[in-house]
Amino acid sequence: MKNCLVVDDSKVIRKVARHILESLDLTVSEAVDGQDALTQCEASAPDVVLLDWNMPVMSGMEFLQALSSAKMTARPKIIFCTTENGISHIKAAVEAGADEYVMKPFDRETLESKLAIVGVI
Amino acid sequence: MSASSPGGGLQGAARILSGLLEARTGQVLSEGRAWRMETALRPVMRAHDLRDIDDLAAQVLRKRNSPLEADVVNALLNNESSFFRDLQIFDMIHRQILPHIRAEKKDRTLRIWSAGCSTGQEAYSLAIRLRNDAARWQGWRIEILATDISTAAIDQARSGVFSQMDVQRGLGVGDLIKWFAPHGEEWCASPELRRMIDFRHDNLFDARAPQGDYDLILCRNVLLYFTPERCQAVLGLLSRHSHAQSVLLLGAGETVIGQGEEFMPHPEFRGSYVRKVGLPDVAGGPMRRTG
Repeated sequence: MKNCLVVDDSKVIRKVARHILESLDLTVSEAVDGQDALTQCEASAPDVVLLDWNMPVMSGMEFLQALSSAKMTARPKIIFCTTENGISHIKAAVEAGADEYVMKPFDRETLESKLAIVGVI
Repeated sequence: MSASSPGGGLQGAARILSGLLEARTGQVLSEGRAWRMETALRPVMRAHDLRDIDDLAAQVLRKRNSPLEADVVNALLNNESSFFRDLQIFDMIHRQILPHIRAEKKDRTLRIWSAGCSTGQEAYSLAIRLRNDAARWQGWRIEILATDISTAAIDQARSGVFSQMDVQRGLGVGDLIKWFAPHGEEWCASPELRRMIDFRHDNLFDARAPQGDYDLILCRNVLLYFTPERCQAVLGLLSRHSHAQSVLLLGAGETVIGQGEEFMPHPEFRGSYVRKVGLPDVAGGPMRRTG
């Protein structure tokens, strides 16, 4: 079973994402900010990270930068999942290394299609 | 009122309106779809200032061939679609079917027909794949015809404007950035993509738009709305616009088996079909026709 790390400071978003991801046969772990996510990635690399943009302590973009120099066996696929829906944000995320981009609000079909595009399901 | 009776079968206004849908499009409104009839027609009732579905049916009977009829038909058609729907099908098109056509067609003309294209995502997905692979298609004439019975769906497809939800379903972020531009809260396909596709309002039972033969025909999730007799008629039409090595793709739950004699499973491309009379060419010689 593949593992998805959901990184979001919103408990509600984490809960919704977990519900959808588990229905797609993924195991789910959660992180409340970028620093928490980085620690978890170094301990046990997930297959994919669903990443919020704006979070306290460490933002999604800062997490992406830190991930590039993190000690990991395999780099996870990164799906940005954010309310930042402008084209400039989307381009910046892709340039920073995001594999996919989900604009909130999202539904099951959207997440499923993005996970298929990055080859996780 | 309820659209269907406890013993099965549509009743009253629902029967009149589903009869209109079948007469105009050939689509049969199954019991499974009947429950959403009133919900689907609510905007039409509001727009025409009609009280309820009975009032709507009475107006339809009173004025034949009116704009109201067209609105009812458009509202009852299922226009669900998404970009790269069934990703593995598009991968097969990209990795196997198109290279095969490219290797075999001597006149360097690629003709694709998206029959029952709904709001156009399938046709745009094909156009995107072809444009992303532009170097390989240099010197080729590419024609994409996309037809649908719904005037509303074709208008939207032609506009190239899609909601945020639409572009997130199946469309990768790389293709979104490359081929779409923000359009208020929505996204608009690039003029380059829009120019590649000829969107036409057309009825599969009285088809005017398709001309000649097509190398690849996609008619996915269309036959499931038709009676077996109607399915045979559509497959007959698709056969008349196919050549010996044309590839036909249907929806995941659809098949040609038991639907007439025109097509058989393709020997090479799993889940696709080829015209039966094309057998000798497929098995033996090179691609026969050239456009």
